[in-house]
Amino acid sequence: MLGYAGKLLEVNLSSRKVKDVKLGDEILKEYVGGRGLAVKILWDRLGDHWETVNPLGSENVLLFLTGPLTGFFPGARTCVSGKSPQSNGVVGSTVAGEFGVELRCAGYDGIIVTGKAEKPVYLFVKDSDVEIRSAAHVWGKDAKQTMTLLTRECRGLLKKRFPRYGEWKEPAMLYIGPAGENLVRTAVVAAKWTHAAGYGGYGAVMGSKKLKAVVVKGTGPLPEAADMEKVKQLTQVVCDKIYKNELWRRWGTASAGYEVGAKTSSEPVRNWQEEWHNRKSYTVDKFENRFWVKHYWGDFGCPTTCLKIAVIKNGRFKGAITDNPDYELQAYLGTNLGIFTPEENVFLASLIDDLGLCGIQTGNTLGFVAELFQRGILTREDLDGLEPEWGNIEAFAALTKKIAFREGIGDLLAEGTYRAALKIGERKKVDVLRYAVQCKGIGVGAHGIRSGKDYPINISYACSVQGGDHTSVACFPLDDFRSELVMIFNDSAVYCYFNTFGIPRDIKFEFYKAVTGVNLTEEEWVNTKALRILQLQRAMLLLGGPDLRWNPKIHDDNPSRFYEPLPSGPYKGKTVDKTKFEKDKKRYYEAVGWDENGVPRSETLKKLGLDDVDKALEKIRQVNFSLS
Amino acid sequence: MTARKKRIWIARDPSKCSGCRKCEIACSLFHEKRVWPEASRIRVFMLVPGVEVPHFCVQCEDYPCVEACPVNALSVSSETGAVLVDEGKCTGCGMCIKACPGKIPHLHPTKNYILICDLCGGDPQCVKACQEGGWNALKIVSRKDYAYEVYARTPEEITKDLAVKFYGEKGKELV
Repeated sequence: MLGYAGKLLEVNLSSRKVKDVKLGDEILKEYVGGRGLAVKILWDRLGDHWETVNPLGSENVLLFLTGPLTGFFPGARTCVSGKSPQSNGVVGSTVAGEFGVELRCAGYDGIIVTGKAEKPVYLFVKDSDVEIRSAAHVWGKDAKQTMTLLTRECRGLLKKRFPRYGEWKEPAMLYIGPAGENLVRTAVVAAKWTHAAGYGGYGAVMGSKKLKAVVVKGTGPLPEAADMEKVKQLTQVVCDKIYKNELWRRWGTASAGYEVGAKTSSEPVRNWQEEWHNRKSYTVDKFENRFWVKHYWGDFGCPTTCLKIAVIKNGRFKGAITDNPDYELQAYLGTNLGIFTPEENVFLASLIDDLGLCGIQTGNTLGFVAELFQRGILTREDLDGLEPEWGNIEAFAALTKKIAFREGIGDLLAEGTYRAALKIGERKKVDVLRYAVQCKGIGVGAHGIRSGKDYPINISYACSVQGGDHTSVACFPLDDFRSELVMIFNDSAVYCYFNTFGIPRDIKFEFYKAVTGVNLTEEEWVNTKALRILQLQRAMLLLGGPDLRWNPKIHDDNPSRFYEPLPSGPYKGKTVDKTKFEKDKKRYYEAVGWDENGVPRSETLKKLGLDDVDKALEKIRQVNFSLS
Repeated sequence: MTARKKRIWIARDPSKCSGCRKCEIACSLFHEKRVWPEASRIRVFMLVPGVEVPHFCVQCEDYPCVEACPVNALSVSSETGAVLVDEGKCTGCGMCIKACPGKIPHLHPTKNYILICDLCGGDPQCVKACQEGGWNALKIVSRKDYAYEVYARTPEEITKDLAVKFYGEKGKELV
């Protein structure tokens, strides 16, 4: 099919066997790529025994997938997926960078990794040459060391093997830090020091397979497009629009660390005890003027370049390097921990990058711990002598390291907020789940719903098939621009949705047609293809296991905190109305074809051709979640 | 002298490069009709994240690459001053790469000839892409009697310099 390289690379790390996998056009048309294709592959391979698959066992299937628009639509990304060690369902987690472009230029639309290596390895793909190489010398290394050593090594190999070629550009790389190696459930699959596929916890999946990195150099062109002239023209339309958005380009999301607190009042402050702050010490100009050494930093084909490189050159945090930090990390590694000092935020974000942790998920856990400390539920003794008072950067940095290496209390916190809450609750005989701000094992992104002024709505996280993921939220109507049914397209065609802001919505489907030659309307997408992907994700989320399962009656809900009134700010007193939430939840179930228990209905699944899913869900329907 | 006055040069400032690689896209679309980063005559090296280096011919006064070619496959355009590759004559021996102080030329990834920036015949597509985005890492200036060849440095050398500028003295250890 046009727009595709035409094959996937499958690597079995147990047998060290490598093969090509071809997918039929029908599958590609229905599932597109990225998240959609991940869901299909995972269901086909693991669906009939999903509940027994340990996300951190050799039986899990790890996917690195591109889509037909990767490299064509401005802003290239790669989708990482598998059974998630956070939700026990599937998350389509995307990371920006050149990896997907290199992969497609090497002749692959994606990589399927199965099994588990005996000793640490990394994959080196140069076009059709695939090697499983020892990673003994980089195991334990942080992000920067890993990238330096593997870039050097792989460029050296290329130079040796192709001595007449000239200077080799670096291959692209996805890797894990110590956190992934140590199976921390909030570990990321990272790129370029600061980029990460965060939601889902796939860094731990890589770690469980003893796969330190995947390095790719592709020397061919991107796959042939159906109508390259049209691709060029549409690219121009997107870029012209984005170029005019001066401040979005200049600040990226970094202005939000102040604005989302001060204006929309939906920023996590001290583990979401508040969602408002107006601290002028913590504004974008402070970051820009004090730390940014590169003001416009982006990835392949991106007109926005929303990233900015922040470096601390003097003082106690000298040597810290990170990007922006962007809004999510300004919030989760800043305000959520009572930190309003830009230096401390840059330092903590840098540490998180180096260790290969997710800033959102880890910041969520750190905030949770700090609140338990504030309430006296966890004490200095429980926390290896640390005292994580709000704003105590030393304590938060120490806890972060403990999590990455699973040392002391870090071993428990490395399980992520939800699992840690269950264990702490048991140990302390206190209900601490009420302080865990998460959905389906995934910490909620830094966009609150209580003020009603931010983009997510009351059911957004509670009904999402990706839990707390703020980039994939449930919304009315189903074709709303925020709705995850619409968003699935970005993550399946695989490009950065930031480059769709302010762009007419049909453009991405025109783009899809120009690349693949296939007609697709948004209506068809939302009502059939995306809906099918959503049902499969929902089915695997509900099947869950083996350590945890979700009961929609209990778990299709907001974190308790969101039912507490906002204590401060312009929307003081506002909260989520539980009665209205329940009503809206039922309305959403109805709209996406789920029964009153939140299980996809037989007729919904049959209509979408998912008869096998229907059969697999019978066991859930019979149990009927009588637990509650 | 009159022909020379019209000549252009592409001024480059790697510290302003965003790493968007639109120059590679534009170059390969122009020369190869495909999006093909490895076949682009301008290549953005990122040996260290954040240090993106657009790497392409500087048109040295003495053209050492042209001098070094054993089969006379390289010539200088009388119109633009760019190095032109005779794809039929070039054997891909790599002598021009060795002669280049910046190791700038590289082989076409699938064909047996060398790739060197030809200034798109006087209307460089990479500069258009960079200017549209407002990054200003690439800019057209009129060519004067400056020592342009000093810009012909290896990606490693440029990266080390910039890494120190951005990240401090330990920056060069990252390369």
